[in-house]
Amino acid sequence: MYTETAIISDNTLAGPEGELVINVGPQHPATHGVLHLVITLQGETVKKIEPHLGYIHRSIEKMCESLSYRQFIYVTSRMDYLSSHINNLGCAICVEKSMQIEVPQRAKVIRVLMSELTRIASHELWLGAMAMDLGAFTPFFYAFREREMINEIMEDSCGARLTMNYMVPGGVMYDIHPQFREKTKAFVKQFKQKVVEYDDLVTNNIIFQNRMKGVGILSKEDAISFGCTGPVARGSGLSCDTRKIFPYEVYADVDFDEVLETGCDSFARYMVRVREMHQSIRIIEQLIDNIPEGDFQAKTKAVLKPPKGEFYQRVETARGEFGVYIVSEGGTTPYRIKFRSPGFSNLSALDHMARGSKIGDLMATMGTLDLVIPDIDR
Amino acid sequence: MHNEAIKDFITGVATSAIFDESGEWLTVQAEPAAWKAMATALRQSQFVFDYLFCLTCIDWKTHLTMVYHLSSTVYRHTIVIKANLDRSHPVIDTVSDIWRTADFHEREVFELFGVVFSGHPDLRKLILPDDFEGFPLRKDFEDPINMIKL
Repeated sequence: MYTETAIISDNTLAGPEGELVINVGPQHPATHGVLHLVITLQGETVKKIEPHLGYIHRSIEKMCESLSYRQFIYVTSRMDYLSSHINNLGCAICVEKSMQIEVPQRAKVIRVLMSELTRIASHELWLGAMAMDLGAFTPFFYAFREREMINEIMEDSCGARLTMNYMVPGGVMYDIHPQFREKTKAFVKQFKQKVVEYDDLVTNNIIFQNRMKGVGILSKEDAISFGCTGPVARGSGLSCDTRKIFPYEVYADVDFDEVLETGCDSFARYMVRVREMHQSIRIIEQLIDNIPEGDFQAKTKAVLKPPKGEFYQRVETARGEFGVYIVSEGGTTPYRIKFRSPGFSNLSALDHMARGSKIGDLMATMGTLDLVIPDIDR
Repeated sequence: MHNEAIKDFITGVATSAIFDESGEWLTVQAEPAAWKAMATALRQSQFVFDYLFCLTCIDWKTHLTMVYHLSSTVYRHTIVIKANLDRSHPVIDTVSDIWRTADFHEREVFELFGVVFSGHPDLRKLILPDDFEGFPLRKDFEDPINMIKL
C-alpha cells in the first residue's frame, strides 16, 4: 500500500528529464477492483510499473487459523469470487486427502460440472470486461446474456449466484436441482449458437486484433520464472493445465484438450480463454447425461480432525493454478494455511510485460491477465 | 525422476540436508546458510527445477520455518525444501534472482512474518500500509482493534 504523502512526494521529486509518475487506481475502471499501480512514464512509454496491493486485504490466512475445517472453506469463496466453486473444491479435496475421505462418484461428477460452468461464467465476464477496457461496450451485454443462464443454474442448485459454498469435505452440500440437467442443456445449446457472435463481434474485429497483437509480450521462459499459470502461461505455449498434469476428480476420464497458443502476446491469451470455453462445453456435454446415481455426500464426522502433517492440493481455476497448503497439528483448526493464488504470480509479471510499451497498450495487457483483486490481496 | 537421484544430488551440494519421505513429496530440511547454493544448483541441475510455485513461512512459536515448493515444468516432479530460522533474527538469502516469482512472495513473507531476505532488490511492504507495526501472521500477534482471529 501507498500512503498519500508518499504519492505527492514521489510526484514532486525531481526525476530525470521528462519523467512522469501517474497513479492508476485504486479507483480506476480498468483495474476491476482496488488495484493501485504507480506508473513511471517517459512521454507515453512505460518505464516502470509498481503494483501497490492490500486495499482489500482481509488476512484470510490468519482468519482460517481460527476456523474449523468445515468453516474455512466458506471464506475462500471470497478470494477469487469469479471461480469460487473451484476455490472451494481445492480446499475440500485437500481436507479429504488429509482425512482419506472417499468421495462418492456422483459428487465428483457434479463437482466437475459445476467447476466447468464456473470457468465459462468467469471467462464470459472476462470477455465482456476485456472488450469494455478496449472501448467496445456491446460485447459486455452479449457475454452477460449467457453468463446469466449459468448464474440461474447455480442459484437453483447452490442457493447463491456468486459465492456458492457448494463444495464441502466429502461431496457437495445439496443434491442438484431437478431442473439442473434441463437448464444446463439449454445453456449448452444457446452457448453453441451464440458463440459465433463473439467471433464476429470481437475476435475477427480488425481494430480489436490490432490493439492486441504484439502487445504485452511474455516469453515462455519468463512465464515459468514468474510462476505464471492458467491462460496467461498457456498463451505463451507453456503446458500447465493442472487438470491434465495432475488430474483430480474425474478429469482423467473425460476427453478434452489443453488449449495452447504460441503467440506470447495479448491476443494469444485472449484466444486461449475463448477456446477454453469450448473445451469446458465439451466436458459438460460428456458428463451431463452420465451423472451416476447414489449419494451426493460421503458420511463424515461432524468435527473433522486431520492427522498431524502437511497437505497440498492444486486445482485449475479460471485464472490458473490455485494451491492450498494446510499444516495440521491434529487439532480441529488448521495450524497454518497458505493459499497460492494464481493472480498474485500473474500480476508480478505485469511490470516485465508492460515495460517499454505505450501507456495505451497497458489496458490491453492488464485485461488479458484477468486479475481479480480479492484473489491477489487475500 | 526418482527421489533417490534427487537425494544423491542434494547430498552432493549440501551434506547437512535431512530427508523426509513420509509426506506426498520428498521434503528436504536445509541449513539457511546452504539454501542459496542449493537453490542455484537445483535450478541448473538435470532435474530442471524451474518453477517455484509456493513460497511461504510457518511460525512454530520457537522458530520460523521457510517452506519452498519446487517443481519442474519438464519432468513434473516436486520437492519441498524447508529451512528453520531463528525467530528473533530471521535472515535468509533471497532467491528472487533465480525464480523471479520469489520477488513478490518474499515481500509478502517479509511483511507478514518479518523474515529478512538478504540480497532482495526491493524489500518493502507490499500488502500492508507502510506504517503498519508487527507481523500479523506470527502466532503472538494480537490486534484488538482490527480483529483477525475469530
